[in-house]
Amino acid sequence: MGIISRGFSGRRSTADVKLPPGQYLTTDFPVLSAGPTPHVSLDRWEFVIDDGTNVLRRWDWKAFRELPTETFTVDIHCVTRWSKLGTSWEGVSLDVLLADVRTDLSYAMFRSYGDYTTNVPLKDVINKQAWVAFKFDGADLAPEHGGPARLLIPHLYFWKSAKWVKGVTLMSHDKPGFWESLGYHIYGDPWREQRYSGDE
Amino acid sequence: MNSHTYDYLDGNAAAGELSEIFAMDVTIAEAQCAHCGAIKRFAEAHLYMQAPGVVARCAVCEHVLLRFVKARQRAFLDLSGMRCLILGTSQLHKIVGRRSASY
Amino acid sequence: MWRVGTVVALHDETATARTITLDVPDWPGHVAGQHVDVRLTASDGYSAVRSYSIASAPNAEMRVELTVERLPNGEVSPYLTQELAVGDRLELRGPIGGWFVWRAQQTEPIQLIAGGSGIAPLMAMIRSRASTGSTAPFRLLYSVREPGAVFYREDLQTLLDRDNNVGLTYAYTRVAPKDWPRPPGRIDAALIADATWPSNLAPTCYVCGPTSFVESAVDFLSASGNSPDKIRTERFGPTGDRK
Repeated sequence: MGIISRGFSGRRSTADVKLPPGQYLTTDFPVLSAGPTPHVSLDRWEFVIDDGTNVLRRWDWKAFRELPTETFTVDIHCVTRWSKLGTSWEGVSLDVLLADVRTDLSYAMFRSYGDYTTNVPLKDVINKQAWVAFKFDGADLAPEHGGPARLLIPHLYFWKSAKWVKGVTLMSHDKPGFWESLGYHIYGDPWREQRYSGDE
Repeated sequence: MNSHTYDYLDGNAAAGELSEIFAMDVTIAEAQCAHCGAIKRFAEAHLYMQAPGVVARCAVCEHVLLRFVKARQRAFLDLSGMRCLILGTSQLHKIVGRRSASY
Repeated sequence: MWRVGTVVALHDETATARTITLDVPDWPGHVAGQHVDVRLTASDGYSAVRSYSIASAPNAEMRVELTVERLPNGEVSPYLTQELAVGDRLELRGPIGGWFVWRAQQTEPIQLIAGGSGIAPLMAMIRSRASTGSTAPFRLLYSVREPGAVFYREDLQTLLDRDNNVGLTYAYTRVAPKDWPRPPGRIDAALIADATWPSNLAPTCYVCGPTSFVESAVDFLSASGNSPDKIRTERFGPTGDRK
């Protein structure tokens, strides 16, 4: 640890609420990015579910926006230690997107415009646990925050909520995505503080 | 180059972090992109520093050159996006000012 | 490795920027253009690291000067520009970077282009030129929002007055002084043609500032005939979480 800087406390706020271990509360909405913001026109946008060989479902933007949506309010927790409580979104539940998909495959790799990927067990994105969100705080999701649409899996660290999501590949075995292949935890439960590979 | 949002820095911004693992000054090194083959100074790479790790991308094609994560007692370094790093022999020591004896 | 510097002086450059002079007993020396990483640590171990260019010339007194601009939503800059006091200590890593540097052995014409706080490393180069007695021809094009945003005004004026081989042009982007010959605006091809070394002199160019400024300036320098290997850049921007 470094020498203590007199009078420095950083941006953190104290909170009366319970946060996952090691997290700080923020009222801003930090923008983290591993690459340039993709600019995807809505007439080119699509969301594709495949199994690595065959396309199982595909929606263009028009078809996607005709699906039933939900508005929901969730807390989000970033592995860089900020947490933001009570964020409100509108999106399509993964339960809707996966409704007619019959599969034995247990894992999913979500893919984004750009080159970002993130993996998650399929059971973690069904049963009202995940959405493809296109509105934040009542307004269209801004590109810097993942618009036109991003994945949202609030019960895992926020790096799993892939921005600019364009589809998901179902897999038989878990495989690490962009950050999971470079030291971050394969699963990422903030309440067990599973930040890095090897964390219990 | 087609980044419309200027949300990147350059190799200079990552040099301090990378100085913990590289014995030489990586900003002076030339990096060859494994994707498009472009050879450019690492100082001119596009650096995305506001992320769970450091990501350096080729200024020409935006493919990842290098990724770096510090995870408590371990550091993870992915160099697979660079075909090679090209160094001059005079670059094998860190640059210091005129007070230093050897340089 | 981290060294500890003690604040020995503080000087306000503008309403929002302050120069911090540090005494660093084991400082190995630096080259003009290099930067340091500064680390702040709170009492619970929370730490934040930011990079700042060294604004002072290499010197014999083991002193390092950093000029810090206070960012509206910053986490570190408000502390450094408002809370930090003489006698406080800062952790530094560096000096860092061997590409964006100027050494007195260089005799070719030098073109410096600064956007806002990007003037800091270029000022180290100008000061290094003065302290080493170099006669290399220097030109500085310094773009700022308005007159109150200029850093080092007195020092730049002194160095300009003293030396016919140093040229200085201010470019104001939002508000210009009364009777300023050029209306406020970003740098453009005409300004580059007027205020910078002709490219056929093969100057080495150093451009520093926010990324969008640097990309624009580099485009203009290239368009006026400077080759890419004669242009060096350093982009400034936030490295803490963006808001």
